[in-house]
Amino acid sequence: MKLRRCSPSKAAGSPPLTSKTSFFLCVPGWSSWTSSLKIEDKMQSSRDFHILFVPRRSLLCEQRLKEQGVLGAFINIDEYILDLIPFDGDLLSMEYESAFRECYLENDQTSLYHTAKGLMTLQALYGTIPQIYGKGDCARHVANMMLRMKREFAGSQNQILPVFDTLLLLDRNVDLLTPLATQLTYEGLIDEIYGITNGYVKLPPEKFAQKKQGEASKDLPTEPKKLQLNSAEELYAEIRDKNFNAVGAALSKKAKIISAAFEERHNAKTVGEIKQFVSQLPHMQAARSSLANHTSIAELIKDITTSDAFFDNLTVEQEFMTGVDTDKVNTHIEDAIAQKDPLIKILRLVCMQSVCNNGLKQKVLDYYKREILQTYGYEHMLTLNNLEKAGLFKPQTTSRNNYPTIRKTLKLWMEDANEQNPNDISYVYSGYAPLSIRLTQILAWPGWRSIEEVLKMLPGPHFEERQQLPAGLHKKRQQGENRTTLVFFLGGVSYAEIAALRFLSQTEDRGMEYIIATTKLMNGTTWIKSLMDRPESQTP
Amino acid sequence: MAFITATWNPLGEAFYRKTELYEMHWTMKDALRDCLVAAAPYGGPIALLREPHRRSPSSRPQLEIYSASGVAVTSFPWKSGPVVHLGWTVSDELLCIQEDGSVLIYDLFGSFKRHFSMGQEVVQSQVLEAKVFHSPYGTGVAIVTGSSRFTLATNIDDLKLRRLPEVPGLQGKPSCWVVLTQDRQTKVLLSNGPELYILDNTSCTAVFPPGLSPQSGGIVHMCVSFSYKYLALFTDTGQLWTGTSNLQEKLSEVDTNMLTPPKQMVWCRRPKSQQPSVVLLWDRLLMVAGVCCDTIQFPVEDQCVLVGELDGVRVISSTNQELLQEVPLVCQDIFKIASMAPGALLLEAHREYEKSSQKADEYLREIKEQSMLGEAVRQCVEAAGHEYDTNIQKSLLRAASFGKCFLTDFSPDPFVTICRELRVLNAIRDSSVGLPLTHTQFKHMTLQVLIDRLVYRQFYPLAMEICRYLKIPEYQGISRVLKHWASCKVQQKDLSDEAIARAVCLKVGDSPGVSYSHIAAKAYECGRTELAIKLLDFEARSGEQVPLLLKMKRSHLALSKAVESGDTDLVYTVVTYLKNEMNRGDFFMTLRNQPVALSLYRQFCKLQEQDTLKDLYNQDDDHQELANYYVAASYREQRLESRLSVLQTAVDEYNKAKNEFAAKATEDEMRLLRLQRKLDDEKGAGLLGLSLQETMEALLALGLHKQTDQLYRDFRVPDKRYWWLKLKSLAEREDWEELEKFSKSKKSPIGYLPFVEVCTKRNNKYEAKKYIPKVAPEQKVRAHLAVSDLEGAADAAIERKNDSEMGAVLSRCSASDRLLIDRLNRARASAAKK
Repeated sequence: MKLRRCSPSKAAGSPPLTSKTSFFLCVPGWSSWTSSLKIEDKMQSSRDFHILFVPRRSLLCEQRLKEQGVLGAFINIDEYILDLIPFDGDLLSMEYESAFRECYLENDQTSLYHTAKGLMTLQALYGTIPQIYGKGDCARHVANMMLRMKREFAGSQNQILPVFDTLLLLDRNVDLLTPLATQLTYEGLIDEIYGITNGYVKLPPEKFAQKKQGEASKDLPTEPKKLQLNSAEELYAEIRDKNFNAVGAALSKKAKIISAAFEERHNAKTVGEIKQFVSQLPHMQAARSSLANHTSIAELIKDITTSDAFFDNLTVEQEFMTGVDTDKVNTHIEDAIAQKDPLIKILRLVCMQSVCNNGLKQKVLDYYKREILQTYGYEHMLTLNNLEKAGLFKPQTTSRNNYPTIRKTLKLWMEDANEQNPNDISYVYSGYAPLSIRLTQILAWPGWRSIEEVLKMLPGPHFEERQQLPAGLHKKRQQGENRTTLVFFLGGVSYAEIAALRFLSQTEDRGMEYIIATTKLMNGTTWIKSLMDRPESQTP
Repeated sequence: MAFITATWNPLGEAFYRKTELYEMHWTMKDALRDCLVAAAPYGGPIALLREPHRRSPSSRPQLEIYSASGVAVTSFPWKSGPVVHLGWTVSDELLCIQEDGSVLIYDLFGSFKRHFSMGQEVVQSQVLEAKVFHSPYGTGVAIVTGSSRFTLATNIDDLKLRRLPEVPGLQGKPSCWVVLTQDRQTKVLLSNGPELYILDNTSCTAVFPPGLSPQSGGIVHMCVSFSYKYLALFTDTGQLWTGTSNLQEKLSEVDTNMLTPPKQMVWCRRPKSQQPSVVLLWDRLLMVAGVCCDTIQFPVEDQCVLVGELDGVRVISSTNQELLQEVPLVCQDIFKIASMAPGALLLEAHREYEKSSQKADEYLREIKEQSMLGEAVRQCVEAAGHEYDTNIQKSLLRAASFGKCFLTDFSPDPFVTICRELRVLNAIRDSSVGLPLTHTQFKHMTLQVLIDRLVYRQFYPLAMEICRYLKIPEYQGISRVLKHWASCKVQQKDLSDEAIARAVCLKVGDSPGVSYSHIAAKAYECGRTELAIKLLDFEARSGEQVPLLLKMKRSHLALSKAVESGDTDLVYTVVTYLKNEMNRGDFFMTLRNQPVALSLYRQFCKLQEQDTLKDLYNQDDDHQELANYYVAASYREQRLESRLSVLQTAVDEYNKAKNEFAAKATEDEMRLLRLQRKLDDEKGAGLLGLSLQETMEALLALGLHKQTDQLYRDFRVPDKRYWWLKLKSLAEREDWEELEKFSKSKKSPIGYLPFVEVCTKRNNKYEAKKYIPKVAPEQKVRAHLAVSDLEGAADAAIERKNDSEMGAVLSRCSASDRLLIDRLNRARASAAKK
């Protein structure tokens, strides 16, 4: 049933198709069955076939294969239980793209089941998490399943000292606003502009042309430059979560340090000193090339962030977030539609306006809808319906707009956000503090009881559960030892939110450390895209 | 206690002793005489078949099963054919080998389990003799038939019959034979008069036991040891030959002075045996013939049966049961008269100590002087394990405990272990339980197997006590017992479903590792579906629960349990099952009551069965979704007419759903499609499928202004967008004249900055500058900057005294614009002052 990609594994780096063996990886998600028919064709040849279900075996898929009469052709039918994939030292993702859509549009909670299973695996490895907090319907569902599974596994009590003190489950629909806003951290902007997929980014090659002596840049590379982005790279770890406006300074500081380090060679007099210098060379050269790469990326981004279009867009976003004129048709959006700016950009803006106004007046809503349909085509009717169903772009049902209350109580807008030396998480959006992270922050101190009223305004229940630890596994906390919280975003998380949590891990004097897990790493664009329906592309 | 050695009989260097295990519970006069008897090793059960040979059809022999202590377990009349041999399997199941070669398997409680046959040809030739044997592969059966052929089955649980080759010159049955397991092969050793043959899979080889004198005569009885390592042969001249079973080595040859062959002959050894022996049983005599050629003779008054054990021989008579064994070396050391072994001294020391005598100290000193106290304690601990009498156990353990006090650095583990194990052993040796295991046997058998045996005998409380007492992890201990208990409990026919469910739930509770679905499956097997459902309710693992519910045709319950579990795959399983089992109406109704299942089914239909999806929405009167469905469907239609008719249906549904906007929009779409078709037909414009905006763009590009204006009015396009459209289209065509005219046609609803921008985009600064004066003041700076007129921009910014605008201009200034920079900085400073 869940056959999204059922491709011969040459893509996955296993033996080429000329060999006798073929692997099929079966990933969850919805798609047409043409892929399995393709398998059937391939079955004709006399090869060995293996099938692996990721993240776990699906009876329906097997049944489907059986109906097609190809199940018997597989030598091995197995599952590869891969729920949570580590992306960085503090980041896990299931990369389950359709999770939000399935949960909120289609009422299909398969992804939540996988989440619960993944969390059980995590607990089997890192100990039972004694406290579970959550907000939202999906969070409640996952917590229920976890408690239920715990009963199922009763007896195989694990005797591991818990690594995590708290688990916080957050529904994406508790905070629809944050992913819609343009992320302003370095990593966030790379993602917004170029899109980070599976830890890699593809960049336009021009800026990366190696300028070697002799051969002038006569043939520019045409292949996009592919770069891996994670904290293993020292420089990237340092700047990824900074506001982009602080990146320039950081880069030039780094440049000075590196050139100073290279200058050291003149001071090296003795053979021993030279040897020491040489031993550091590889590291220094790596640092230098890393610096060169990031300087190029920063230049690329700067070209965009200094453009009028970017500035106008950001201005509108910030107006919405501060509650300026959210109940009227916005001129900038009108102009953008008239100029046929990319549809997703328009959708992000109108959704943002709707969220910040707790729904739009029917007249305003219909106006936007008509503009979109007339400009981009009537086929987007289905997408608009989806957005409405997901609560992103909806008519106002009550006359009261509670967003201002939420904004004020949770201090979602900080007028004097310090981008260079941040003192609050609001720096990641240059003023807007992500709601999801505020909730996390308040949970740590002073606790959710202090914002009971606001929590009631946000959708879904909030709850607290405790899991009994076997005797003797209670952590004896030493003075100054950090508490660790696993924050799980059901339905996706943006890089800026991750940056905000990392900021809290580093600075918060409450000694709280955060590990982040999610169903999908995303941004407003990929998110909205996952909610779009394109009827014409569905034609068989 | 002083008389411990009273029952000891010397044999060569060692001693043999007979320990009474039980007074038998049964009342049996001479009954053992005319019986087929089978007693399992390791204190196993005893089976009796009385008078098996009475062939009159009217009388039926009685099959009786007893525990090792003679407590009746069950008895029932034997209704099948004549039985040749009885035997027990390693898992305490009774094998009844019949004359016709069929083997019937019963459990301990006399319920029939299954049967198998030793081959078709046996039905004709009949079984003359049969033997049951145990090997690492399991329990095997060997028979010899009337046609003098042997057939073997090495493992009855994985039945493979092997017919062994013919034995030359053999008529009828051989005089005696045994089954040997050697080199991972099962063979038969048989004698026919004076000749001895080894029969394996392929051949029959004559063999000669080394050192057996030809005068000894024909071999009339033989036996192998418990471990299959040693062999004993008895000849018709009364000679007993012992040697290794591979016939390579002779151990001894003893003259028994008995000319009749013994009724039974069994090896009596123990691990690390000093003085192994063979026990021979005649009607009135029990003889222990040591390999050292020494013998012990016991008179026998009664019919007896010998059961070979790992470390001795059990002698069962109609009144009592004794264990005959070589006295373990450590016991000999301690209890031998005048023994000076450290253990003996320690025991003596403790005895004096209890009498408050100072001699205790003397004994202790003596041991300590030799630094043998540790050894003494070890000896006492070990000897306690070998003793059957609890008083002796206690005195040995007390002595050990006493000795321990004078030792530092002595690990208490062996002492504690033996105390615990003895407590368990004493409990199971009790005649009500009747498992007379020695400590050696217990260690060999392992605790796991012991618990299994107790469970099998339905001693559930005892098994649980033992698990608790020995602190076996719940998963392997109590839970396992409970599982069996519950499976047994559900078969009790005299109790109501409620009572059983309650009892099971009460006892099992949340014990880890006990699967309620396993218990429920058992109940279902016994035809108690209601009970099974009740029990399944306690099952936490839905993966187990749901399939069983489906099997019991409780599909609604299965569906709700699957939904509860959150495992969508499981829900799909049930849904697919229901879909095949139910008619469509019922199926839909069932789904309606389970929203989660319904939405999953919708997902399935979206991919698989679009038509079913429609029916589902129809049934729910979900007009909104139905309309969306039609909208999506319209894109699959190739022909315009059918597309329009599908869209019309969508409009109707949107109307029913009271979604006026969507209805209107869809009507607009239809209108647009029709218009596009018309224009395509008239002008060949290729518009079909374009959006309204794109259509107008295309029309403008073709210079069809009238038609564009028509659309603009028909679809009530906002002025702003229309202006943008025209503006861009004119700029695209670089029709500057027309653009200027357009700008003057009326006041621009979008302002004049866009005019500047479209011109600069086309690199026409000249045209762009025309519109700058018309640009609203707040956009002036931007307009000037767009045409790179820094001067103008600066003027505008300074005029407006706007700091950020001045900043924007500054950022565009290069070093050469010194004057301008200064001017701006001054203006900024003065603006800041105010």
